[in-house]
Amino acid sequence: MKHLLTAAALDAAAATAVLDTADGLKHALLGREVHKLPTLRGRTVITMFYENSTRTRVSFEIAGKWMSADVVNVSAGGSSVGKGESLRDTALTLSAAGADCVIIRHPASGAAHRLAGWLRDTGTHVVNAGDGMHEHPTQALLDAATLRERLGGIDGRRIAIVGDVRHSRVARSNVHLLTALGAELVVVAPPTLLPTGLAEWGVPGLRVTHDLDAELPTVDAVMMLRVQAERMHGGFFPSAREYSIAYGLSERRMDLLPDHAVVLHPGPMLRGMEIASAVADSPRSAITAQVRNGVHVRMAVLYHLLAAEEDRS
Amino acid sequence: MTGTSQLVLRGVRPYGEGDPVDVLVRDGVIAELGTVDTGADTTIDGNGAVLLPGFVDLHTHLREPGREDTETIESGSRAAALGGYTAVFAMANTTPVADNALVTDHVWRRGQEAGLVDVHPVGAVTVGLDGEKLAELGGMAASAAGVRVFSDDGHCVADPLIMRRALEYATALDVVIAQHAEEPRLTVGAQAHEGPTAARLGLAGWPAFAEESIVARDCLMAGQLGARLHVCHVSTAGTVDVLRWAKARDTTAPGTQVSAEVTPHHLLLDDSRLETFDPVNKVNPPLRTASDAEALRAALAEGVLDCVATDHAPHAVQDKDCEWAAARPGMCGLQTALSVVVQTMVRPGLLDWRGVARVMSERPAEIAGLPDQGRPIAVGEPATLTLVDPDAEWTVRGAELASIAHNTPYEGMVLPGRVLATLLRGNVTAREGRAGR
Repeated sequence: MKHLLTAAALDAAAATAVLDTADGLKHALLGREVHKLPTLRGRTVITMFYENSTRTRVSFEIAGKWMSADVVNVSAGGSSVGKGESLRDTALTLSAAGADCVIIRHPASGAAHRLAGWLRDTGTHVVNAGDGMHEHPTQALLDAATLRERLGGIDGRRIAIVGDVRHSRVARSNVHLLTALGAELVVVAPPTLLPTGLAEWGVPGLRVTHDLDAELPTVDAVMMLRVQAERMHGGFFPSAREYSIAYGLSERRMDLLPDHAVVLHPGPMLRGMEIASAVADSPRSAITAQVRNGVHVRMAVLYHLLAAEEDRS
Repeated sequence: MTGTSQLVLRGVRPYGEGDPVDVLVRDGVIAELGTVDTGADTTIDGNGAVLLPGFVDLHTHLREPGREDTETIESGSRAAALGGYTAVFAMANTTPVADNALVTDHVWRRGQEAGLVDVHPVGAVTVGLDGEKLAELGGMAASAAGVRVFSDDGHCVADPLIMRRALEYATALDVVIAQHAEEPRLTVGAQAHEGPTAARLGLAGWPAFAEESIVARDCLMAGQLGARLHVCHVSTAGTVDVLRWAKARDTTAPGTQVSAEVTPHHLLLDDSRLETFDPVNKVNPPLRTASDAEALRAALAEGVLDCVATDHAPHAVQDKDCEWAAARPGMCGLQTALSVVVQTMVRPGLLDWRGVARVMSERPAEIAGLPDQGRPIAVGEPATLTLVDPDAEWTVRGAELASIAHNTPYEGMVLPGRVLATLLRGNVTAREGRAGR
């Protein structure tokens, strides 16, 4: 694997390999006082974040550091990017400066693809940490890791993805990855927050509905998506109140779930809007487990991109 | 050479029909058609090539004044001549905007200086293309350039009242309003055709009905006001349906009320091109679906779409070699238009060479009211001609095109049909891949 640009490009075998590595790394670190493996010593990992993000940037940084890589963080505000340098020039500069891996978060869909194209003739690997509304593959991987951990597997499990699917890169990556891993997906959203032609994406078994209550008793997991503030005022639905009533995961709705069912949220959460506090903090919630698994999954991704290449025949 | 000398085209087939004939050109006019025994200063051997009236492009961005780093009237004229064009209409979205006679006359004069193709400035419909106040259409129409086509292209004249006034006012000037049909409220932030492909790739959608609703509105207004409307770069099957309906209602002489153009790229390409996120494929209106492209080809053959216009839009490398959302929309098209028409229309049997003459030359000349372009190939007519080798194939290389910018979506593609020579009133403006007088 040269780059990780999309979850759509991962088949079940490739995804499972990353998840298995993440499990292995997690167990290797278990009970250790010093969270440090020497695997990526001498490798340089640069994060380029063109959007504000705390959890994803920190997660990648910790992942790199626990693998002993040298991690450098570049943010759009405090660099030549702020002076109007093109993405291409920034990418070539960071690559020439010695980046073995560039992790990019960018508001434009396809930015990671473009980066991989510009760095084609270099040895620099690219990880997509979220591009516009397109994909966020490591989020899908950490969601898969969490579901595997909590449900014992993904194949044959029924998972509801609820909320602003239209604008969500998390949803896009999860639709591809969880389907590849054998899950049966049901998307629950108001029509205005569904992506165009979802039925024509060629995702086997995917269902779309607007009735959350009807789905909850038969799902193994429910993945709540964030509703961004700008959507709330963009006329996509009449009011936060109406949205919350129709699509929010309230305590009443949580009680409709089977006992084993798990609740996920990629964060940051709008408590009281898309998810009730009591649900987010309940034992069903795997939200902090998602964050913890995020570090291990990102360690695994860095391992597969930067270290595993020597193992290949 | 000058118009006073003689030139012979030997062994050419007008409209690709019949046995090869010779064409004697004297004083810029076709003097003989048949077997020419007279010698000439210049002889061009056609070897059976197809002779057509010179092409007329109703929709070109020549970028001068303002963005001479991407195209000038001179470089764009060379690209046009090499593409077989003898007249081009230069869109008004320059810097400064061509919304007054000073700018339109400047463009006209620079075109005359280049002398390779008749460069007709398009005047803006509204001041500064801002859609709020009518530009001085009368002043531009009466100026040296004699502006006959007005458009805010790049922007839609979205305000229905402003559009109504423009259509109505234009009737007194015998000019045509060319609309870039895009309801702006429906295309805020739009990046690509709204459909499964763009949605899957996370690119904000440009819905087909954003175009179709404006075309329907404008057709209704033009019909009831007795005004003339030209629809730029039709891109959807739905717009074709609207146009077919509007044309069927037109009780005036055929096609005088509503006319429409289609670009070569909308005939050939579709939104499967989005997958790479390479902004060379970013264009406004966006590449639509394969079935839209099929409907456009059928409509061009049927005549619901009147003509092909390039929407030639050169852009600097830095404006294309970037992330999709940051890229400017548009693609170069002057030198590839004929080949794309041959590929999409002639080879599949949708158009014969008479049809190519109609959509590339005769209809656009009529729409714009050019009396000496798109003329029959006959004795006494201006020798404004394009000689085409229909069998030649060539590989498109952006860097080899005459435009300063070289953003072509056809890079590396092998396309059929090649312009052997272009004549503007008897002057050879392009021959064997070289433009010049």
